[in-house]
Amino acid sequence: MLVSLKWLKDYVDLELTAPQLADRLTMTGLEVDEIKTIAHKYSGVVVAKILSVRPHPGADKLSLCDVTDGSQTYPVVCGAKNIKAGDVVPLAKIGAVIPGGYAIKATVLRGEKSDGMLCSEAELEIGDDTSGIMQLPTGLTLGIPLESALNLGDTVLDVSITPNRSDCLSMIGMAREVAALTGKKIKMPVIKIKESTEDIASLSSVSIVDADLCPRYSARMIKNVKIGDSPIWMKTRLEAAGLRTINNVVDVTNFVMLEMGQPLHAFDYRFLAEGRIVVRKSKVGEEFVSLDEKSRILPENTLLICDGKKPVAIGGIMGGLNSEVKEDTDTIFLESAYFSPSSIRRSSRRLAMPTDAAFRFERGIDPEGVIRALNRAAQLIAELSGGSICKNHLDEYPQKITAVANIPLRLDRICEMIGTPIAAKDVVRILKSIGMAVRKEGKGKYLVTPPTFRVDIEREIDLIEEVVRLYGYDRVPTTLPAVSVTEMAVIPRLDLEERTRQLLIGSGYSEIINYSFTSPASVGYLCLPLDDERRNFVVIKNPLTEEQSVMRTTMAYGLLETLKKNINNASSNLKIFEIGRIFLARKAGDLPEEKNILAGLLTGKVSGDLWGSKVNVDFYDLKGCLENIFYDLKLDDCRYCAEISEQFLHPGQACGLYFNETRIGYIGQVHPEVMRKMDIKANAYLFEINIDMLEKQINRRITYREISKFPAVTRDVAFVIPFAMEAKKMLEIVLSQREDLLENVVIFDIYVGKGLNEGVKSLGVRFSYRALDRTLTDTEINSIHDKIVHNTVRLTGAKIRA
Amino acid sequence: MIADIQQLEKDALAELENAQAEDSILAVRTKYLGRKGLLTGLLRNISQVPIDEKPLFGKRCNEVKEILETKIDEALQLQTQGKKEEILAREKIDVTLPGRSIRSGRIHPVIQIRREICEIFASFGFSVVEGPEVELDYYNFEALNIPKDHPARDMQDTFYIEDNIVLRTHTSPVQVRIMEKVKPPVRILCPGRVYRPDSDVSHTPMFHQIEGLLVDKGVSFADLKGILTAFLKKVFGDDTTLRFRPSFFPFTEPSAEVDIRCVICQGKGCRVCGQSGWLEILGSGMVDPAVFQNVGYDAEVYSGFAFGLGLERIAMLKYGITDIRLLFENDIRFLKQF
Repeated sequence: MLVSLKWLKDYVDLELTAPQLADRLTMTGLEVDEIKTIAHKYSGVVVAKILSVRPHPGADKLSLCDVTDGSQTYPVVCGAKNIKAGDVVPLAKIGAVIPGGYAIKATVLRGEKSDGMLCSEAELEIGDDTSGIMQLPTGLTLGIPLESALNLGDTVLDVSITPNRSDCLSMIGMAREVAALTGKKIKMPVIKIKESTEDIASLSSVSIVDADLCPRYSARMIKNVKIGDSPIWMKTRLEAAGLRTINNVVDVTNFVMLEMGQPLHAFDYRFLAEGRIVVRKSKVGEEFVSLDEKSRILPENTLLICDGKKPVAIGGIMGGLNSEVKEDTDTIFLESAYFSPSSIRRSSRRLAMPTDAAFRFERGIDPEGVIRALNRAAQLIAELSGGSICKNHLDEYPQKITAVANIPLRLDRICEMIGTPIAAKDVVRILKSIGMAVRKEGKGKYLVTPPTFRVDIEREIDLIEEVVRLYGYDRVPTTLPAVSVTEMAVIPRLDLEERTRQLLIGSGYSEIINYSFTSPASVGYLCLPLDDERRNFVVIKNPLTEEQSVMRTTMAYGLLETLKKNINNASSNLKIFEIGRIFLARKAGDLPEEKNILAGLLTGKVSGDLWGSKVNVDFYDLKGCLENIFYDLKLDDCRYCAEISEQFLHPGQACGLYFNETRIGYIGQVHPEVMRKMDIKANAYLFEINIDMLEKQINRRITYREISKFPAVTRDVAFVIPFAMEAKKMLEIVLSQREDLLENVVIFDIYVGKGLNEGVKSLGVRFSYRALDRTLTDTEINSIHDKIVHNTVRLTGAKIRA
Repeated sequence: MIADIQQLEKDALAELENAQAEDSILAVRTKYLGRKGLLTGLLRNISQVPIDEKPLFGKRCNEVKEILETKIDEALQLQTQGKKEEILAREKIDVTLPGRSIRSGRIHPVIQIRREICEIFASFGFSVVEGPEVELDYYNFEALNIPKDHPARDMQDTFYIEDNIVLRTHTSPVQVRIMEKVKPPVRILCPGRVYRPDSDVSHTPMFHQIEGLLVDKGVSFADLKGILTAFLKKVFGDDTTLRFRPSFFPFTEPSAEVDIRCVICQGKGCRVCGQSGWLEILGSGMVDPAVFQNVGYDAEVYSGFAFGLGLERIAMLKYGITDIRLLFENDIRFLKQF
């Protein structure tokens, strides 16, 4: 809401400066976003009077004027037709600068001297009128600057009004608030109606079909109006409030809406069929062209203002083009009504027509202000357009708009809620300052009736808020709550996330956050099968873009997109991870399944851009990182099972991550074909782990095992096995022999190539033996070791490499 | 014979003096002190020394031997030391080359802020809770006293999935879900992603909030001020000036917007604070009785306060980030800075 201080002062005396007022308003809940200054856009223009006008001897279209500023007379050549001796006009003297940067100089026009320029409204950018020289009121002092004569400068506060404070969506509402803050009296405009003898009842009638949507509809008629421009005082006020001026009738309806908060509409009476109004809901498929010249099919049950035959306005939202006030309008049918807030809101949302009128109706206007605004507007229209107001007004009020009264208020409740004692007299004073009627109902008990414009006050808590708001939040002390000790259930997964985050950071991975929404094309890029559950998107009905139109079902695509962006920025060594959710749709009406996922991506050189670094990362770099996490979490039984379940992974370099039979995720190289389709020129390795499932695997119990004081003895063996045989298989066979003295088995070497046949590899295995109670002898070890090796060879078909 | 010894000593020392390299020193040792060396030869011939000279001859021989051994050892030592130094000199490296290590990654700045705030509230006894990001209209709006067709819905533009399912526009629905399950007292903190259709330098369609809720008997607006003041001083420093000003949220009443003195201009007015000298940091208020009614709490017995803040905003203020969208572009050059 743009609040012109000049306008505000029409209703309340103001001694505060603009910043002071802004601060007071902000600190009582009406936040001032900005203080704007409106300045005139010219310099050196004064009030002057035309002494004489005569034709220019050398040019038909020009005239010669003698113009005085009260002390001196200037010859001025002028091209406008609307001037005569005695007119008071703006004179741009020599040295003046008018908008557009034009400097006025002494000049000679077709042989005649001209020492200045008479200006139009448009030339001074005071108004839009280009038809001739601006005519000023005759009473003005000559020679004074135009801006002070017309009181042109202004300061405007941009106040953000919270949805509950519909009463502040008007100048008088703001003035009431300012009056309450400063202890001043509010000056309401005096409304005087001069009625003609013709009764409106003889010309028109109103019938309300749907009273629940329109509980009250009132109207007046003004005959013999002359449509023209509004006076400067009204134009400047409307423009300061951010409205365009249109004509002296429409401007009045806007002016009164801004002044009193009651939206109004003026119809041209001659276009109302049968001269009457019917208020009803729209039927299926009804079409309507509103003032914005757009044609719309109206949703069913939109409230319509109709004449005897057709709709003439969308009630409370916008008038119709078919009944618009035009230049030759003679008789005005003026509407002031109360519409159901929720109905207006529904319609304005459905029609996407968030008009100023709808904005006020949907927040709730003062039901008792309907007639006052009607009269105020009728008076102003008659004054500005020279019309005469018909006798009486129409007022259909079939459904009483209930106002809340007698809200019980307890003093001790206020103090408890605020946490500090407030004196009863302060409470009463505060409530009365904002127009509340306060009745004492016993010790510390009151019955409070809010004014009808405060539609937000219904309950005791609403009154408490008003009290503390005006008492001042800064006067409330700060205390710490005396709270009982409670134990809330903790979410173990969050600890796990934090721990994994630390481990990943330690391994050089940086955390990213991708949007939770993605492109529906993501699953295509990842070649997910048609029956894959990750194709069951949660679809956003009103997305910002197609790329953000569904909730993600995998983290993989986001990581790859992040990779692509970074490669484009020449960051080709990337270690990144994200912790977040994926969303899998369930049946309509159900909330989707949300899974917590940890995902990571690795690409580039092993040691980044470090000197001497030439080795590219591979599967084992990423796997090592996961192993490190599992090691830290004491999860040593993760199984890496080669599989081709993810179509977007390299079939030879991918595996599922299993704990027992539970698959918690995958790791692998991104399929080169996916990289090609996404136009990423790199090899990348990915993993995704379901953290909820990982959390279930964690066993926090630790039991100490005795450690030996005696030395270990190691034996190395190179087994030659088929190339396709997995190392894990070898180790399993070795370990399956359950030899107590075999403390550890590791693979220390893999060899393929010279000296070996095609299709085989050599696996260097180190066996380490130790006893808890003695140093093992060679003989003892040899017999055990030989047995293990022998069995392994027997069970695997391996050969021992010399 | 004595004279022979003296001559020998003189010769040996002279030769040693001339011996530069290790092998020539060793040659001197062999020549004089070796098994077939000259001094050894003299000693071997002690039988030919007159009997009365024998003791002196023997003594002198030993003295000379000792002198030579010492001198030769010294010479050798000098030699090896030189050599060691030479080796060390050869092993000199460029210490200014970067070390070899796994460089740590970085935690996303928004998550760092989240962690900091959660830790502060953990010290006040708040526990972290969670709720769904795709949420029922009921929890996101209606249970929070935001009915359908109410203008308060304009405060938060909404992504819709179905008519009654939305992407949560704030983390407040979680407080309703928790209160439905738990009896008071309640002290919870709910961090998470939230969504609103908006995208410019200060808005992204997804961002992070933290919601806090405290409900107990006798909790007052002064307590709200106390907890939030303590919290903001921990985040922005003890000398932070703050102000509480009236505002409106459908689910709290009275409601308060909390501002801190602009950290950029210290209140003088700048671009970041829109010349006001203040920065909006969080929204808060006493839980509206209508919300308590929706979850079956008796508003005459219990009272409480709730607050919510945007993490991106805090991160931007703290790190001087001017475009919020950078936080989700995941440019590694950006992330490495935090």
